[in-house]
Amino acid sequence: MQAIGELFRKNIRQYGMIIALVFITVLFQILTDGILLKPLNITNLILQNSYILILAIGMVLVIITGHIDLSVGSVAAFIGALAAIMMVDMQLHPFVAVILSLLIGALIGAWQGFWVAYVNIPAFIVTLAGMLLFRGLTMIVLGGQSIAPFPKSFQKISSGFLPDWLGGGSLHVLTLVLGILLSLLVVWQEYRERRTRIKYRFEVPALWIFGLKLAALVVVLNLFTYVLATYHGIPNILVILFFLIVIYSFVMNRMIAGRHIYALGGNEKAAKLSGVKTKKVTFWVFVNMGALAALSGLIFAARLNSATPKAGTNFELDAIAACFIGGASATGGIGTVYGAIIGGLVMGVMNNGMSLIGLGVDWQQGIKGLVLLLAVAFDIYNKSKTQ
Amino acid sequence: MSEHILEMRGITKTFPGVKALSQVHLQVREGEIHALCGENGAGKSTLMKVLSGVYPYGTYEGDIIFKGQTCEFKDIKQSENLGIVIIHQELALIPYLSIAENIFLGNEQAQRGVINWHETTVRTRELLERVGLRESPTAPVLQLGVGKQQLVEIAKALSKKVKLLILDEPTAALNEADSENLLRLIVELKHQGIASIIISHKLNEIEKVADAITILRDGQTIQTLRMDEEPVTEDLIIKGMVGRDLTQRYPERTSRNAGEVIFEVKGWEVRHPQQADRKMLDDIHLHIHRGEIVGIAGLMGAGRTELAMSLFGRSYGRYVRGQTFLHGKEVHLTDIATAIRHRLAYVTEDRKQYGLVLIDDIKRNITLSNLGKLSRFGVLNEKEEVLVAEDYRRRLNIKTPGIWQKTGHLSGGNQQKVVLSKWIFTEPEVLILDEPTRGIDVGAKYEIYSIIHQLADEGKGILFISSELPEILGMCDRIYVMSEGRITGEVKREEASQEVLMKLMTRGRG
Repeated sequence: MQAIGELFRKNIRQYGMIIALVFITVLFQILTDGILLKPLNITNLILQNSYILILAIGMVLVIITGHIDLSVGSVAAFIGALAAIMMVDMQLHPFVAVILSLLIGALIGAWQGFWVAYVNIPAFIVTLAGMLLFRGLTMIVLGGQSIAPFPKSFQKISSGFLPDWLGGGSLHVLTLVLGILLSLLVVWQEYRERRTRIKYRFEVPALWIFGLKLAALVVVLNLFTYVLATYHGIPNILVILFFLIVIYSFVMNRMIAGRHIYALGGNEKAAKLSGVKTKKVTFWVFVNMGALAALSGLIFAARLNSATPKAGTNFELDAIAACFIGGASATGGIGTVYGAIIGGLVMGVMNNGMSLIGLGVDWQQGIKGLVLLLAVAFDIYNKSKTQ
Repeated sequence: MSEHILEMRGITKTFPGVKALSQVHLQVREGEIHALCGENGAGKSTLMKVLSGVYPYGTYEGDIIFKGQTCEFKDIKQSENLGIVIIHQELALIPYLSIAENIFLGNEQAQRGVINWHETTVRTRELLERVGLRESPTAPVLQLGVGKQQLVEIAKALSKKVKLLILDEPTAALNEADSENLLRLIVELKHQGIASIIISHKLNEIEKVADAITILRDGQTIQTLRMDEEPVTEDLIIKGMVGRDLTQRYPERTSRNAGEVIFEVKGWEVRHPQQADRKMLDDIHLHIHRGEIVGIAGLMGAGRTELAMSLFGRSYGRYVRGQTFLHGKEVHLTDIATAIRHRLAYVTEDRKQYGLVLIDDIKRNITLSNLGKLSRFGVLNEKEEVLVAEDYRRRLNIKTPGIWQKTGHLSGGNQQKVVLSKWIFTEPEVLILDEPTRGIDVGAKYEIYSIIHQLADEGKGILFISSELPEILGMCDRIYVMSEGRITGEVKREEASQEVLMKLMTRGRG
């Protein structure tokens, strides 16, 4: 029992976030009479929030370096507009258009990264300018009108599902199989990690705690895939998100690049004198943000099946809020990809739940604001208590 | 009316898990300068926080008797009202406000919320005169040097009708002239009847001005020495602080065999980063042998740190000309990563701002400069990293519950050991150590010296920068002296003395 208490206290922030997410989910599950966790709605939830979650991944990197990016909503809209021009007006192949769009997004990131990293203009100002600039450019290239429809194959990014190669029926079998495969992978990975930790003589939690944790993970994972399987299976977008989360978590936790980003955010001068190329790191974090903003814009355009001048409005605020709810620090150096995703899901479940119970947008905005404030207040309270 | 202005009796203060103060006694007489000595973590600052009401009455045990009255301060305001003013090590001035605004901040000369600027200016002038600061009351504080800012702090204290002035490490950031000036002012205030408590690591200063010294160790009062009752020497104070005779303040060098020249600098010239015509370093020539500890002495502003940083990947100023050689081969150390790759290391004088990521743990700080060694294709081996950090924790005796401890929570000495670990892990051949023992207590200093000796014994070349001449004399094999951005002399260990160095340090351009 003591061991659990210890474990809990050490990871209060992480578990706190998950507990908050579970609490909010259960709350709305009850308030909506069980609609929230219906297969159709879960699929919707993923589709609705994917573009914010992708932005949040890039944004948390920016925030860890101690900066902010206000332009991502406008950049997403601008890229959506360019993609529409390329695919609809110029009849480019969707694949080519997507690659070009991502490159342009990276270029936009490079543009902003240049001003922030090499000219030392605060990111708030650079990206505020970017927010206006790219919103303006969006309206100019679209001539104030929407462009639609996109080719079918492009729409599939957002609205498609993994095909069921393993025979139909009412259940999507491939989804179930993937769930089981993934469970095996997780168990194997965790087991290997535990074995090397023992080999290196590090502390490991007691075997039964380890088992319990794994069991819980496997159950939740398979429950999730089962629910998806009773509808259309796994959305394409979920696959993209999954790989982004895995890759970015790996980079941030296990690679030199991630370490440099954290060190830079924690103390720029010390990082610089330790040999971290601080300007270069900052520059590339913004390039990355640009590319992810482009991806987000593409997915949003594919989902709406049109490029509109108003697309992506306030996306930046949702993405930033997701990072802070997920435990990132406004002064830099602290934050995780995983936290930003949980933060984004908290916002997403609330949005979806409140819409389902028929709460107006006015109320939704206000409540989301309060939740952001309370989450950060809770975070600061926790930190002051542990010191 | 007792002869004591302040008596603290049986003060005990406990933090969760730690007894910071245990039955501490402190008696300060009317109009005396009372020094408070002790190693870092001995409880000096905690005691002063109890006194000034930062820790309110009820959170500690014991009595505070000020001017014959038992006091129960609930906050700083209450202690200030009685005339107890504390000046912290980090000055609490607002840089963009003027001297007058700073002095009367929170105590504005106002009628019904409207500030009377004439009154403010006139009173500021009086106060500045008392502290001997000739500046306009409207000058913004950021234009003043640290020494003058310190004087503004004291003027601010005087404006509050101070009876007992507490100064926490007042001369830590000051150069010699400013320090002397400040100490003179404190003595003068004493003659005006204002008592002071000074917390300081600089024992020679304490010896000079203090009337009594109370020594704390591990949260307990060890003794109070009165200058008029017995001869007090530095050794006696140190003995009380560390609880043992420090016959040897510098460890014995076991071997002293310098090898071939490992690092050489020729004709180094660097200009100010903003003012292109201002030479900060001019025609510097120096060389370091393998296994040699080479000192750089100089007053504040002589250009020692500027030299160190400009050599380390040109991280200071505008490079104009000059060559650097490693093992006789010319190298161009154009940025920090290149310098590290050529096996240079630089331990900064300000470890909190420039040396450590304080929100990160010990492990991550130690490995930051050489992550490449722990990784393949950019992927880190975190298990190896833990082993490396554990190894350094043991070898350098970093006192910590674990390598997962955030470096911000460590004491100065342990922080410095983490910084040294970080640089030793880069396997340097030349180490530039800039004030490696600043703000570190006596016991930890000895440990740091031993580590430096060991590094020299391993054949590394060491450039040792320090403001404390005894330290330079005690540690170095050869000493370069700098003044106004030039090297004014090179002195061998056998020929060196404080007088010789001081003479070279004060030699101007001519």
